[in-house]
Amino acid sequence: MARISSTCLTLRDGDWPDPPASPESAPFVAAAKEGRFLLRRCTACGKAHWYPRSLCPFCFGETAWEEASGEGTIYSFTVLAREDPPRAIAYVTLAEGPTMLTSLVACEAGQLAIGQPVRLVFASSKNGTPVPCFRPVGEGDPPWMEPEA
Amino acid sequence: MTINGRAFIAGAYEHPTRKAPDKSVAQLHAEAAAGALADAGLTKDDVDGYFCAGDAPGLGPLAMADYMNLRLRHLDSTDIGGASYIAHVAHAAQAIAMGHCNVALITLAGRPRSAGHSGTAARPVIADAPDSPWETPFGPTTVNLYALCARRHMHEFGTTAEQLAWIKVAASHHAQHNPHAMLRDVVTVEDVLASPMVADPLHRLDCCVVSDGGGALVVVRPEIARSLKRPLVRVRGAGEAQKGQLGGEVDLTWSAARHSGPAAFAEAGVTPADIKYASIYDSFTITVLMQLEDLGFCEKGQGGRFVADGTLISGSGRLPFNTDGGGLCNNHPANRGGITKVIEAVRQLRGEAHAAVQVRNCDLAVATGIGGLLGSRHGAATLVLGRE
Repeated sequence: MARISSTCLTLRDGDWPDPPASPESAPFVAAAKEGRFLLRRCTACGKAHWYPRSLCPFCFGETAWEEASGEGTIYSFTVLAREDPPRAIAYVTLAEGPTMLTSLVACEAGQLAIGQPVRLVFASSKNGTPVPCFRPVGEGDPPWMEPEA
Repeated sequence: MTINGRAFIAGAYEHPTRKAPDKSVAQLHAEAAAGALADAGLTKDDVDGYFCAGDAPGLGPLAMADYMNLRLRHLDSTDIGGASYIAHVAHAAQAIAMGHCNVALITLAGRPRSAGHSGTAARPVIADAPDSPWETPFGPTTVNLYALCARRHMHEFGTTAEQLAWIKVAASHHAQHNPHAMLRDVVTVEDVLASPMVADPLHRLDCCVVSDGGGALVVVRPEIARSLKRPLVRVRGAGEAQKGQLGGEVDLTWSAARHSGPAAFAEAGVTPADIKYASIYDSFTITVLMQLEDLGFCEKGQGGRFVADGTLISGSGRLPFNTDGGGLCNNHPANRGGITKVIEAVRQLRGEAHAAVQVRNCDLAVATGIGGLLGSRHGAATLVLGRE
């Protein structure tokens, strides 16, 4: 396939910087490797939060993992068109409530907008750690396929 | 208990270099310190309190204190990024008020220009930072975390790229008079919009310069200030605050200056309408816009309309800001702009700013800053200063 336009945001599978390992993120990484997207919710006040913590950032109560829908909407984003390949960093508000820092992938940058529905897609980092990214809902396969090397 | 009137800024010095490949960071700190002490009419041996932040080489304040061979009884290395030095003035005033020191020295220096460190480079990964496992893959550089705020501000309030550009235009009008400024050409709104997009909606000219250099301040007890030959610049009020992602309740429309600003005004017993000159940390144009709103110079969401058409230009606008050219045009040493904000406010209050930008009868000024990353985790510090 020919190289797509410079504003094409690819999945970059296997090309994301590796996140440092942490005892607090290990269960998330293990579930993600099975395709499940987890977040943490407080067992005391009932609120979900992001990024996941052992103690609730709202009330310091105990928290527990739960599987999230992977549905969300774009809160804000910026396209770094000068980078090779171009990429977009974003905040996405999850259907469960919290807003998380992420990247938007597999889409044309010019089609992105605040409020747009997006869905989780796991890419992987250089060492194979799953990286929770989002792509606009309803985007077809082309034009976001990986460009040829 | 208040710091209002308990301490004065007696010395202020901005290192004239903007590129120092042949100097060490420690040397730049010490040269800045020597400049500020000479400005105050004091010597190194008068210093008994020392303040620095993460740009100081070595462990906290210890290496620089040893390099300068100081004898200290008060040390503080509070680090809230580029806003640290604004907070240090307040901390120095607190320490002086408590009798813990008499002459406090604050230094900043760095050489990111020579070292090739800019705001578009990936920030070093701090493995133990609790956010790193969740954010490192996405490459949150400095500029893109400010761009996220700018886009959300545009979405919520209708702020435009043209309005943001006016902030750069105003800074450039001031920088033309500063022989040390990196960018001395006056630019137009069109110039800003025509500059390359770095992280949309922020263009290259929405971003501050990357410069080597440094600065220093000397804060002293009132009796000492009155014994010196410099104009009296009183610390009248201060505030500091921080903001993060709020557990996931992310709201990029306001900064921690929403809390630091009102606290500083309240302690000083003044309102934004009383301010004659404002030093506002300008890492990016959006940083200025949000602080103007958060300090109460205009309503939230009205920052774009407030800055348009030259409100910030000294001589013609109603709120002259960053009359040295600011970080946007003059200097952003160590990629940390807080100390130059205080220095230019001191120049204005002394009547020692460049004649073309000196504010008439400037007896009340504010210096405010945002340190860290506006779009994820940042600190804010605000200082109200007055001329006696």
